[in-house]
Amino acid sequence: MSGKPISSKDRILPLVVLLVAVLIWLTVSALRVFPESVFPSPLAVAKGFVEELRAGRLFDDVVASLFRVTTGFALAVFTGVPVGLWLGHHARTRTAFLPLINFFRSLSPLAWIPFAILWFGVGDLPTVFLIFMASFFPLVLATVAAVENIPSVYFRIAHDYSFNTLETLTKVTLPAIAPQVITSLRVTAGLAWLVVVAAEMIAGRAGLGFAIWDARNGLRMDLLVCGMIVIGIIGIVIDRILFQLTKIPSIRWGYER
Amino acid sequence: MSDSPLLVDDVSVNFGAITVFEHLSISIATGEFVAVVGPSGCGKTTLLNLLSQFLRPSSGHVRSTGRIRMVYQHDSLFPWQTVRENILLGLRDLPNASEKDRHLADMLELIKLEGFADHYPHQLSGGMRQRVELARALIGNTDILLLDEPFSSLDYLTRIRMRNELARMLIQLPRTVVLVTHDIEEAAQLADRVIVLSERPARVRSEFRVDLERPRELTDPKVVATVHQVLSELGLEHERRESVIA
Repeated sequence: MSGKPISSKDRILPLVVLLVAVLIWLTVSALRVFPESVFPSPLAVAKGFVEELRAGRLFDDVVASLFRVTTGFALAVFTGVPVGLWLGHHARTRTAFLPLINFFRSLSPLAWIPFAILWFGVGDLPTVFLIFMASFFPLVLATVAAVENIPSVYFRIAHDYSFNTLETLTKVTLPAIAPQVITSLRVTAGLAWLVVVAAEMIAGRAGLGFAIWDARNGLRMDLLVCGMIVIGIIGIVIDRILFQLTKIPSIRWGYER
Repeated sequence: MSDSPLLVDDVSVNFGAITVFEHLSISIATGEFVAVVGPSGCGKTTLLNLLSQFLRPSSGHVRSTGRIRMVYQHDSLFPWQTVRENILLGLRDLPNASEKDRHLADMLELIKLEGFADHYPHQLSGGMRQRVELARALIGNTDILLLDEPFSSLDYLTRIRMRNELARMLIQLPRTVVLVTHDIEEAAQLADRVIVLSERPARVRSEFRVDLERPRELTDPKVVATVHQVLSELGLEHERRESVIA
């Protein structure tokens, strides 16, 4: 909510930029800087898009990818946040585990691809596993940091007004970390969406990543670009959806200081 | 016994090698407003922690009779709760919802924030937030109010305004009050008794009574005289030979 309010006139600015980008794309393809086979025109991509929609493949791929991301990401949230809470409250355990968690966080989840295939075969499972590996560790670390940042006076108040352990968790700790955790959810969901595409290229039999790989194998660059556009748009939509969480009245305070 | 709801008797407190208090004794009467001033780090906040039973003394004993509420130096309202929810924390043990609403309405009127029940703390000014903190601590049947430099983060004018507010609120809701502060003016304007603590290990260095009905004006001669006495005691002002104000 920082900065000046955006006027309604300014709201069309992104559209103008988009239009200019498409125009440049159109010009480069019309000038034949690259051959048509490796640089599809906007028109060819639009046709490919219609073709994919008609065949129903695009829809299936989107559903497959979203299912995997949602499953892997949800697993990471429902395990990572509690683990982060626990480590955030226990200094010794935190000291013991943090280096290992940092190690796994620094490891590209794609390095797990060979093991994912060996352990889980091909299909949903290895991809879900990779998305989990990509999201779990950053979420744990973000939750730990958020818990550590809670001003101690809030716990003092909880003590003064005789909160029990459960109330302290639900009425102090969780609301206090919510803004930071939501920011981390946005970052991690973006990461998960990047990983799903890469994972499906290698360990998939469906999904947007697989579609891109399939288009490349069939030398259908128009379909490849079509897949890229859909991936980008869905990525933005996921972030917008999570961004809505920051507007909840009891969470907004975290972004307005 | 009920005449001294707060009693610190021959108390010593050590944190490792640091001795904060050595044989400290303070007794506070029902309804009395005591301000505690002293050099930084002399243990003023530790004294409040003893009185609220948050901290146990290393030796000696502390007696607190009655329900205690504390107001802290830093923003301690829950930012994820509205003004209403924050204040109602103070009425958690009251089961009757309509009675809660009635108390809340009275309290909002007292702190002049009638239209702000559904606002969040970050939507309020510093002075308004501090009034809500006071409201949370004053609501319900409490007996003792412990204030840990509650106005130190406010600007000068707001601080003076808040002092007047507090004095006014205490007329309506009398409490036994212990105020820890760096602000000698604040101590002299608000308190019945100003206790000056020494450097660590802290003892009561001197006490000044302010025999004047509350609330008072900041520039009342007796308030000014007390400020002068306390500052002289702390070596921050020279003793006047023949005091202009008697």
